[in-house]
Amino acid sequence: MKKRAYRSRPTPAIPTASMADIAFLLIIFFMLTTTFSRDRTAVSLPDSANRDQVQEEPAIVAITGDGTVVFTDGERPSSPVASMDDLRQQAEDVVSVIKDKEFVIKADREVRYEVVDQVLEELRTAGVRNIGLLTVQDMTSTVAEQAAPQQPPGGSN
Amino acid sequence: MSLRSDRASKYRRRLQNTPEIPTSSMADIAFLLIIFFMLTAVFTSKQGLRFAYPEDDPQDRDVQPLEAIHVKIQGSGAYLVDKQPMSIEELGGYIQSRTQAAPNKPVIIQTLPDVPYAAMIDVFDLLKTLDVKNVSIPTKSDIERWKDFGVFQ
Repeated sequence: MKKRAYRSRPTPAIPTASMADIAFLLIIFFMLTTTFSRDRTAVSLPDSANRDQVQEEPAIVAITGDGTVVFTDGERPSSPVASMDDLRQQAEDVVSVIKDKEFVIKADREVRYEVVDQVLEELRTAGVRNIGLLTVQDMTSTVAEQAAPQQPPGGSN
Repeated sequence: MSLRSDRASKYRRRLQNTPEIPTSSMADIAFLLIIFFMLTAVFTSKQGLRFAYPEDDPQDRDVQPLEAIHVKIQGSGAYLVDKQPMSIEELGGYIQSRTQAAPNKPVIIQTLPDVPYAAMIDVFDLLKTLDVKNVSIPTKSDIERWKDFGVFQ
């Protein structure tokens, strides 16, 4: 009887070595884009065509849709303000340390303007000079782009 | 078994066990880290419309109320520009025609208290698009103070 010769067959395996490379690339992306913001108030920001970069770690005044005002000086986690006087006091404390500190207003698009007006009033009284109004870039054409008349070539926009 | 065939079988066994670093668990660790970063990531908006209040200098108060363009926002899409009702498209054309000759002409945005905040941003954004240099956003107390100049009704 003829004995069958034993031949070792290669075991099937899925090549997973490159998986780690892909995963680490994704990690690098998330590490670079992640910002640990002091303020995590959820608001629906208004859209704008023009957007400027605000300072790093600004003081943030968040205004939710129901008019609740939340404040952070950029270093401590945000907390709701007790009153407009409280906001002014906290803003004064920040400005007394850093005169040119930027204050960013992160207001919900549907909030009544009256609340934003009160916040602007208190910030100005506290001596704040630099203010930014946070917006999001609208991918579709914004109201401003539709309304702006066509500029002549070479003209400023 | 001859000495020669014994050596050959040993060599074949050595070829089969190639040294390898086990990297399959590396992907597991990496994906765990990805999940962590995805859950903690906050894609915050760090851009917006910036403005700065001018320094208060009593010696340099250049108030020209009659020269300013007064935009009163009465609601989303309802604007009163120099006391004339206009749409946002008309407002853009009007402001451009008025600021072409005088780029430093001030534009005052007055927003009524009940109007949504986004309506004010639309106008402010439009003024930035039109490259208006001098934009004023008066607060309630400013409006009370400035009423004497006849700008606000």
